[in-house]
Amino acid sequence: MSIRVIKTLKRLAAIVLFAPALALSAGAELHLDKAPVSSDPAALQNGAKVFVNYCLNCHSASFARYNTLQQIGLDEQQIRDNLMFTGERVGDLMKIAMRPAESKVWFGVTPPDLTLIARQRASEFGSGADWLYTYLRQFYRDPARPTGWNNVVFGNVGMPHALWELQGQQVAKVTEHEDGTKSVALELATPGRMSVEEYDKTVADLVSFLVWMGEPMADKRKTIGMYVLIFLAGLFVLSYALKKNYWKDIH
Amino acid sequence: MTTKSQELMHWIDARFPLTSTWKAHLSEYYAPKNFNFWYFFGSLALLVLVIQIVTGIFLVMHYKPDASVNASGIPVAFASVEYIMREVPGGWLIRYLHSTGASAFFVVVYLHMFRGLLYGSYRKPRELIWVFGTLIFLALMAEAFMGYLLPWGQMSFWGAQVIVNLFSAIPVIGPDLSLVIRGDYVVSDATLNRFFSFHVIAVPLVLIGLVLAHIVALHEVGSNNPDGVEIKKKKDANGIPLDGIPFHPYYTVKDIMGVVGFLIVFSAILFFAPEGGGYFLEYNNFIPADPLKTPPHIAPVWYFTPFYSILRAVTYPLFGVDAKFWGVVAMGASVVIIAFLPWLDRSPVKSIRYKGGLFKAILAVFLVAFFILGYLGVLPPTPGRTLVAQICSVLYFAFFLLMPWYSKLDKCKPEPERVTFK
Repeated sequence: MSIRVIKTLKRLAAIVLFAPALALSAGAELHLDKAPVSSDPAALQNGAKVFVNYCLNCHSASFARYNTLQQIGLDEQQIRDNLMFTGERVGDLMKIAMRPAESKVWFGVTPPDLTLIARQRASEFGSGADWLYTYLRQFYRDPARPTGWNNVVFGNVGMPHALWELQGQQVAKVTEHEDGTKSVALELATPGRMSVEEYDKTVADLVSFLVWMGEPMADKRKTIGMYVLIFLAGLFVLSYALKKNYWKDIH
Repeated sequence: MTTKSQELMHWIDARFPLTSTWKAHLSEYYAPKNFNFWYFFGSLALLVLVIQIVTGIFLVMHYKPDASVNASGIPVAFASVEYIMREVPGGWLIRYLHSTGASAFFVVVYLHMFRGLLYGSYRKPRELIWVFGTLIFLALMAEAFMGYLLPWGQMSFWGAQVIVNLFSAIPVIGPDLSLVIRGDYVVSDATLNRFFSFHVIAVPLVLIGLVLAHIVALHEVGSNNPDGVEIKKKKDANGIPLDGIPFHPYYTVKDIMGVVGFLIVFSAILFFAPEGGGYFLEYNNFIPADPLKTPPHIAPVWYFTPFYSILRAVTYPLFGVDAKFWGVVAMGASVVIIAFLPWLDRSPVKSIRYKGGLFKAILAVFLVAFFILGYLGVLPPTPGRTLVAQICSVLYFAFFLLMPWYSKLDKCKPEPERVTFK
């Protein structure tokens, strides 16, 4: 009797085990390009330059200080000369003059603070860097939008294409498939100041900078982590030997 | 001839039971010699509790439970956590220790509970240890839930909103009860401050008291072991169990090894993947709380998901009361029922080593159902998933409620006289 019960239970276990696969129906898929994130100081510095010139007007980075940019290989004078355009001091936070309440009226939404954007945008579809890298390359002209711009990754986004002079203007070609789904392909209608490769590299640098800014201590964390693990591995050998020695009399 | 230090010990022992306590709980507390890998997790849970308390003390020095927005439009509480991460020397380490520690706490506690399930550690005479343990688990869930609100990110805010709203489903007192819990009509500064108070004072006090009771009860009756036989039944001429060894030094040195092994895994996550793939620190929680913007999908942290799935699985109204209420009841029952295990298990043996195939098969089904519930809890519900969650919820409860029958039916092997040790 118990064998039959066990068999039934096994069958039940099999059903339970495979049911989730049946139950998993795909939601909205997001196709993201893999971001070539770099920790090379030259790339981070270029990213910082793009960030300060193109982003830090509407977006703040209110948890980051200008002088933390010393970590990506700039000295204070270089930071002052190249990356600070208003009256701040080098120890100040990267804030902006625009007030959140006003920008909400102007744009419909307050442009988010970008300090943590690379950490916020991570999802099951890819890292935050992947999202940003794809997003910043997939703006297209859309006369239906108040700003004249739309985005494939972030539909009906409130932000206009801040880097359009560099990338140029893309237009969307929507193809409708037989099964009713639509796919969007972007075409470069008017070239910008940069070639496609140059623009992709610029965005990659900017994204690398945003990743760095999201967690400036990340490199230090990993370095310390290596030492901690090496120390603990040594300690484990000692603690194992200690245990063996104490326990040798226990039979 | 007494030395100075012996004189000091006599002086203290005449006034405080130092030597006798040391003996009773460490040097002359006899534990079975056959503890295996599963027996590391009790001492590890204690270690993580200490990590959480110590890092918590330092976090409170810099954290500000304040939901008002600063000049940059960021809530002060959220900004203070980033301040700890960026500006406080070593702050990132303390914060990651605390956030990783929260998940580690549940990992070791789940494994510790599963050990009890495997070897029947809840059986007579250890019923109270198990009941205290269940209460610790409940307190831990409350502690984790309230702590999760404090960073004041989107998931903090909306998770709390969803869970506190559940209480409003209770008939008659529900709406007032949820109002008392929040201190406001929505999750707000009042909620943040009272959750902070509970998280750093009230619940930790309860937790420490319960842990103390858990250990005192354990040391009163003695530890169970992987064979599930009582070592106190066979004693030598001095009244010392034949299969017992003094906790100190034998298990102190063994637990030190366990602690170092645990710290290796813990540090690997802490230093190389502190977000835990979005499960230890949810990505959405890096966005400051916005009461006007509901995230498309609100998922609890991984350690709550099996119980959250049970809550969502209840979709039928009963006796004219909303399904939501019965979901809350089912979720509460799914935790409380654990406490009743000592009286549900009627097996002639304690340990899985001597239990029959029936119990092993049912335990496997239970485990699979529990993992599926946990997995479904992080996903948004669909009709298919809800059906699977309902099947798994029934299996979860069946494991407990049918135990009086299947534990008797099971064909068990005879228990040995002494513990097995090689």
